Amino acid sequence: MDDLLLEFLTETNESLDVVDVELVKFEQDPNNAEILDNIFRLVHTIKGTCGFLGLPRLESLAHAGETLMGKYRDGAPVTKDGVSLILMSIDRLKAILADLEANGSEPSGDDQDLIGELERMALESDAIMAGGGEAAEAVAEEAEPEPEPEPEEEREVRIGEVPLDELERIFQETESDFDAEAAAKQQMEDALAEVKASSDGDEAASAEAEAPASEAVPEPVKVDAPKAEAKPAPAKKPEAKPAPGAAAEGKPSGEKSLASQSIRASVDTLENLMTMVSELVLTRNQLLEIVRRHEDSEFKVPLQRLSNVTAELQEGVMQTRMQPIGNAWQKLPRIVRDLAGELGKDIELDMVGAETELDRQVLDLIKDPLTHMVRNSADHGLEMPDVRASLGKPEKGTIKLSAYHEGGHIIIEIADDGKGLPTEKLKQKAIANELYTEAEIDRMSETQIHKLIFHPGLSTAEQVTNVSGRGVGMDVVRTNIEAIGGTIDLKSQEGRGTVVMIKIPLTLAIVSTLIVESAGERFAIPQLAVIELVRAQKDSEHKIETIRNTPVLRLRNKLLPLSPLSQLLGVDTPDPQETIGEEGFIVVMQVGNQTFGLVVDAVFHTEEIVVKPMSTMLRHLTMFSGNTILGDGSVIMILDPNGIANAIGSAIDGEVAEEANAAEEIQLDEDKQTSSMLVFRAGGEEPKAVMLSLVTRLEDIQSESIEQANDRYLVQYRGHLMPLVKVNDDMELRTGGTQPMLVFADEHRSMGLVVDEIVDIVDEVLDIEVTSEKPGLLGSAVIKGKATEIVDVGYYMPLAFDDWFMMKDVGSAKEEFEVLLVDDSSFFRNMLAPVLRSAGYSVTTCNNAQEALDLLDDGSSFDAVVSDIEMPGLSGYEFTAQLRKDKRFANIPIIAMSAHASPSAVRRGREAGFSDYVAKFDRTGLIAAIKEQTSEVELAA
Amino acid sequence: MSAIRDPEQDQNRIASGLDVLAKDVTQYVTVYIASQLFGLPISRVHDVFTPDAMTPVPLSKSEIAGVLNLRGRIVTAVDMRCMLGLPEPDDATKRMAVGIDYKGESYGLIIDRVGEVLNLPMSEREPNPVNLDPRWSTISAGVHRLEGTLMVILDVDRVLQSMSEAIAA
Repeated sequence: MDDLLLEFLTETNESLDVVDVELVKFEQDPNNAEILDNIFRLVHTIKGTCGFLGLPRLESLAHAGETLMGKYRDGAPVTKDGVSLILMSIDRLKAILADLEANGSEPSGDDQDLIGELERMALESDAIMAGGGEAAEAVAEEAEPEPEPEPEEEREVRIGEVPLDELERIFQETESDFDAEAAAKQQMEDALAEVKASSDGDEAASAEAEAPASEAVPEPVKVDAPKAEAKPAPAKKPEAKPAPGAAAEGKPSGEKSLASQSIRASVDTLENLMTMVSELVLTRNQLLEIVRRHEDSEFKVPLQRLSNVTAELQEGVMQTRMQPIGNAWQKLPRIVRDLAGELGKDIELDMVGAETELDRQVLDLIKDPLTHMVRNSADHGLEMPDVRASLGKPEKGTIKLSAYHEGGHIIIEIADDGKGLPTEKLKQKAIANELYTEAEIDRMSETQIHKLIFHPGLSTAEQVTNVSGRGVGMDVVRTNIEAIGGTIDLKSQEGRGTVVMIKIPLTLAIVSTLIVESAGERFAIPQLAVIELVRAQKDSEHKIETIRNTPVLRLRNKLLPLSPLSQLLGVDTPDPQETIGEEGFIVVMQVGNQTFGLVVDAVFHTEEIVVKPMSTMLRHLTMFSGNTILGDGSVIMILDPNGIANAIGSAIDGEVAEEANAAEEIQLDEDKQTSSMLVFRAGGEEPKAVMLSLVTRLEDIQSESIEQANDRYLVQYRGHLMPLVKVNDDMELRTGGTQPMLVFADEHRSMGLVVDEIVDIVDEVLDIEVTSEKPGLLGSAVIKGKATEIVDVGYYMPLAFDDWFMMKDVGSAKEEFEVLLVDDSSFFRNMLAPVLRSAGYSVTTCNNAQEALDLLDDGSSFDAVVSDIEMPGLSGYEFTAQLRKDKRFANIPIIAMSAHASPSAVRRGREAGFSDYVAKFDRTGLIAAIKEQTSEVELAA
Repeated sequence: MSAIRDPEQDQNRIASGLDVLAKDVTQYVTVYIASQLFGLPISRVHDVFTPDAMTPVPLSKSEIAGVLNLRGRIVTAVDMRCMLGLPEPDDATKRMAVGIDYKGESYGLIIDRVGEVLNLPMSEREPNPVNLDPRWSTISAGVHRLEGTLMVILDVDRVLQSMSEAIAA
């Protein structure tokens, strides 16, 4: 296909897109002569060019359309039918163009249907509007002798446009050519437009007037670019304004005539430039790294300059790739208009921030998802006008598109004021499609349910309409958005509307990443997905905990599922527990609606990297999105947040959501304290349970590896012999397969409590209703509606090691020490009292602070007080403060026990007057603390 | 490169003089993998380099030794020992790599050491022995009988093709 035709196609397609938009605007504002002028001019140009290139079919259709528009311009009333007809003609023009592009020649066919209609309507308009314009001839004659500009071909004219500002410095000389030409062009066109407008189908007159135009056509197409609105360029061309022929009416507003401030450069050229700059950035980084290692280098200063220039160059080139997002929105007004007609709805499309710029590569990729979402809003979101009216809403529904920059990202919002997402229907759909069970759905928050529409196969449309609901749904949109490293989120309120938020990177070529280390290797994580970094340490607020081998982190009242990066990448040591430990760096990431923590060994710095595609041999690895060369010259793999999220799995997603909810509930409902209980069966059908927080690990041990010595069962576990204890004598050890067990451990020893089966982990308000006389049982409680025996771990520990509680030089107290134990939870009273007793203390228990105060007031004397912090009525802090006020108890050791031993809690405890502070489950620590405190008192005394 | 030719015609050409001789001789870069001598057509070899600062790629096939930076290009390194089912060498630090291009991407074949450049007449090339280990025969384009040793011709295209097929499967 020759260049001229190619150029024509690009230009005409762009022009037609503008015509689309302008026509919709015109329909709403029929008296705006400026819009009409613009449309008229564009169609006219198309017609002229077609004549020049010998495309009769296009020409005659464009001509007919132009005729009708001419009527409107002369004052004929604008009708909806008329505009629809013109829009249809434009669609036909597009179809012909598409064919032309594919085959290189105009397809055969007849457009008489449309042309006839157009002509008929033009005649009707004539009838309505009396009188034409006799002045036509005069103007035509005036227009004819207009100088014909020499076509100047030295400019690069290709697809894709660059605002001149960017390249002005380089191409300064070309500017003058531009301006002169533009001015001349403008003049002539305006004149022609007038001729056309008034010629009233007088073919003789118009043919005459068109002659000069035809020859000049390839040029005007370029100059009166539809891109005019794209860039309000500096007013730099006084010569362009005083166009004599334009003075009358044809002159479009200043905004439009500034089109010549930009030139066209081929996308390939820009892509190449971008690649070269990327290489330059890499090399610069490498040089900087080298110089960093040599202290006094004479290269330092010039390199700094090079660095700055490179950065500017990079920015400049990036700028050339930037396009206003409005380009992706261009087709939307037309689509919405057509939809409104088709669906019988009244829709207003409001677009804000069309000038927001982003990389054209990204722009291309979001075009379709955006269109889809707007269609969705129009079709499913907005209600019919009568429904809206009955709901007290304005009959006209609004779809609002907005775009703005935030950090290195662009945020696009699509909002409608329609009916919102049908929560109930989504629930039913999810259950019907077996995505979730009813129980799971019940536990989900409304937001979580709304997000189900991003699931494949969950279109909520009751009926499949012509417009949407055909199965290609929001999941595809999400996939597309995520493919470019973006995220999508949604908020909906039933009856009020839906807002979809899309966050996408400005560019795909350069990514800001966080460099981390795992298993001795470095990896880059795109910053977009990283929310925060948390350092988990054993004694800090943030420590890694495990639920059934699944590591989790408490983060602001939520449980965050963790996954060690090394494990995901399969570069793990065989025992995952060892690698996690309780410490590590946690990269908190969010991908879509999934939040998780990636455990890494070290976090370095952030670095802007140029993503290089991976070799085909590695492209099947979904965990990576690319690789790059770092400043130090080494190659690093770039992690793909989506791949990681998928690997961690949607299973966790649901699970964690539940847990997060559970955690929230606890927070909301403080006096109804729940405890996580591990339910299991051992030696009998009735369920047994133990506080999950007491359990260190759950293990399945090969039954062959269980050995017997001295009537005791032992197993080699992590390099030590671990004694095993049966829950009761009724149960049998398995003879084959694996033997499940609960491992209880402190720093020095561990024991395994052999069970038959681990049933569940549940959060329940623990209320031991029936205390037990049976050894090893604290009593029974109702868990999940079933009577469950609560196992006393403290009973079993001495069975494994006779000296369990005597370790660490705890020893038994020489004299009879009196300890007062204050705790509202019967579980803890039942658990701790035996522990203290076995350490040789005599224990008195109280189930609230007031009771303890009364007891002390009555003159009972104790050597030490152990108190819980969170209690109904008087809290531990208040209790201590009151005690300290009393002279008698000013020096008594008071030890605080709390489930949350955060540094701030410890500080507060000390301020309140506690002598020491221990974690609730640290039994040995408690005994050690009592011993230490009481001996101090002794010494003092 | 490996167009089928009539051997008799080849013989005639060699006999007919030096001008045609050049056409019938292939230059090979020889390399050692374990104790076996291999020959790679010199036209396919871009570089010979020492692979250092290699970044392993987790989850990749075991034949992929990693990725490395070779003068600003990211090269995917293929461990030839692994490819041929040979054990790890005793001293992996002294290994070398041969840089080749395949479908516009850069690869490095990790071998034990580089030998010399040999000019060998096409006519002396013999097909793979039928009983050759299938892992070898898929990537070998034939055998040359040299004095005292045999040189297996390594078909680099097939090496990489078989890898990508394995990935696709």
